[in-house]
Amino acid sequence: MSETSDRSREFDAIVEAYERSGGDPSALLDGRFASLVVSGNKVLSSNSVPGVVLEGQETETGVRAYVKVEPGTKVPFPVHLCFGVLPQEGLQEIISEFEVGEGAKVKFLAHCFFPNATNVRHIMDSRVHVGQGAEMEYSETHFHGRRGGTEVVPRTQVEVEAGGRFRNQFKLVTGRVGRLDIDLEARLMERAVCDLEVKVYGKEDDEINVKESVYLDGEGARGLVRSRIVVTEEARSEVLGEIVGNAPFTRGHVDCVEIVQGERAKAKALPLLQVSDPTAKLTHEAAIGSVDKRQVQTLMARGLSEEEAVDVIVEGLLK
Amino acid sequence: MLQIQDLSLNLDNKPILRNINLSIHRGEIHSILGANGTGKTSLAYVLMGLYRPTSGRIMFEGEDITELPVHERAKRGITLAWQEPARFEGLTVGEYLRLSRERGGGSISPERCLEMVGLTPFLYLGRAVDGTLSGGERKRIELASVLAMEPKLAILDEPDSGIDAPSLDHVVNVIRTLAKGGSSVLLITHHEQIAEIADRATCLCAGMVLKTTNPQDIVRFFRNHCRECLHINRPEEELVRNI
Ligand SMILES: Nc1ncnc2c1ncn2[C@@H]1O[C@H](COP(=O)(O)OP(=O)(O)O)[C@@H](O)[C@H]1O
Ligand SMILES: [Mg+2]
Repeated sequence: MSETSDRSREFDAIVEAYERSGGDPSALLDGRFASLVVSGNKVLSSNSVPGVVLEGQETETGVRAYVKVEPGTKVPFPVHLCFGVLPQEGLQEIISEFEVGEGAKVKFLAHCFFPNATNVRHIMDSRVHVGQGAEMEYSETHFHGRRGGTEVVPRTQVEVEAGGRFRNQFKLVTGRVGRLDIDLEARLMERAVCDLEVKVYGKEDDEINVKESVYLDGEGARGLVRSRIVVTEEARSEVLGEIVGNAPFTRGHVDCVEIVQGERAKAKALPLLQVSDPTAKLTHEAAIGSVDKRQVQTLMARGLSEEEAVDVIVEGLLK
Repeated sequence: MLQIQDLSLNLDNKPILRNINLSIHRGEIHSILGANGTGKTSLAYVLMGLYRPTSGRIMFEGEDITELPVHERAKRGITLAWQEPARFEGLTVGEYLRLSRERGGGSISPERCLEMVGLTPFLYLGRAVDGTLSGGERKRIELASVLAMEPKLAILDEPDSGIDAPSLDHVVNVIRTLAKGGSSVLLITHHEQIAEIADRATCLCAGMVLKTTNPQDIVRFFRNHCRECLHINRPEEELVRNI
């Protein structure tokens, strides 16, 4: 069997998994979309478009990816990234660098899937640089099987230059993860803005750790750290949302909701605010506990059973 | 269709509702008037099943529903529009109205329900029923969701409070539409003009029914004696006898 036909078969399998998980496979085949498709440690396809360079380099254990958006480029279509491990076992280490040039604007749609995992480690080590006045949005959605056999470890270092914007969304609600350990750190210069959001549904004995830190180092920088986490059965979650106001007139807010369903699930929220400038202003809200009773009663008065009502509420929260 | 029999409710060992007897007929609009703290919301909650009464019975279409949980009452056609409705993150107005219609077995489209309460459908269907809605918008959406259910009994807890004057006509219209469609409406209100659209009315004080009669007489009594009452929950026997 030739290597090319092996790869094209694997590409078909990934595209199929991508479609099953709700993605639009035409985006991976259409030349107008920049895209990168990685299965295990193989780069199955990579497509650059004018102003967007995407390079993937295979390593022993994964892929080294380099993404560059030229200054001033407003990328009209989202850049599609696809990372999958189809076998039950494996290690996938993605080491990536994102460089968004001055004044550029780009959105990334990343899909990660591990449908058959019983023992898969997925490590993401990313460095992100958002240039002056540039805008970057990164939205990552995970699709897991039901066995929870994955360890997902995203490590992200972000720098946003003056007037830049960075928006990050991480979502893992389909299937169950096993172990999730997010660690993101963002440093913001003058008037830079960042908006971080994490949504996770933890089931069985899932362990969820989220640590997000935003350093407001430039005057007038603003940061929002939002998390929505639901844990059921024996799952545990711990969320640390940290904002540090180091410069004048910086603003930050931590908004954390964790819902605990059942007797044995456990959740912990640690908002951490720190200012070293008297004109900085940081706030936080954290709601942690069972589903709001009045919300449940309202839906029950529409005819839903208690369980159905809780499902609707949780689904909305994690949407 | 609804008979409330000798119904009493204590909360924290305090009597909140005392020996209430009241019947609501099919298709009837029945107003409940009373000063603040006289037990109107508590009565609504007991009827919906949110509070268990201390004693007494609730009969609905011949069935004793006193012990039924909230959603079983909803399945039988009873629903409630809260005075301060809850907010839901990520649940859209369209989804909320569709699930209300499906569960209630109603036939009016979500679009039509919104129009009926004076909200432009395309502006609202995709919005979340969350904290970004104003108080008045949220209340009108609550009323729309009751309409979507086409319930047999709609308990409306001050559907007109926090609503601006021009929108009151919409509220009245919805109540009339419900009644025309065969729903009974228990209408808790402070507005005299709204109370007067009822077929009958009841004045509540100290968790007791002072009197049930035509709405004009109840409204007159309420205006003269309850509106600026200085002895809430301590009714004057003499006055009550002469309503
Ligand atoms: N959960 C509760 N526990 C104790 N007392 C309550 C509770 N809810 C309401 N009450 C009391 O019951 C009385 C009636 O309240 P409510 O039914 O809300 O009146 P209304 O709707 O007529 O303003 C008030 O005195 C109120 O303080
Ligand atoms: Mg009330």
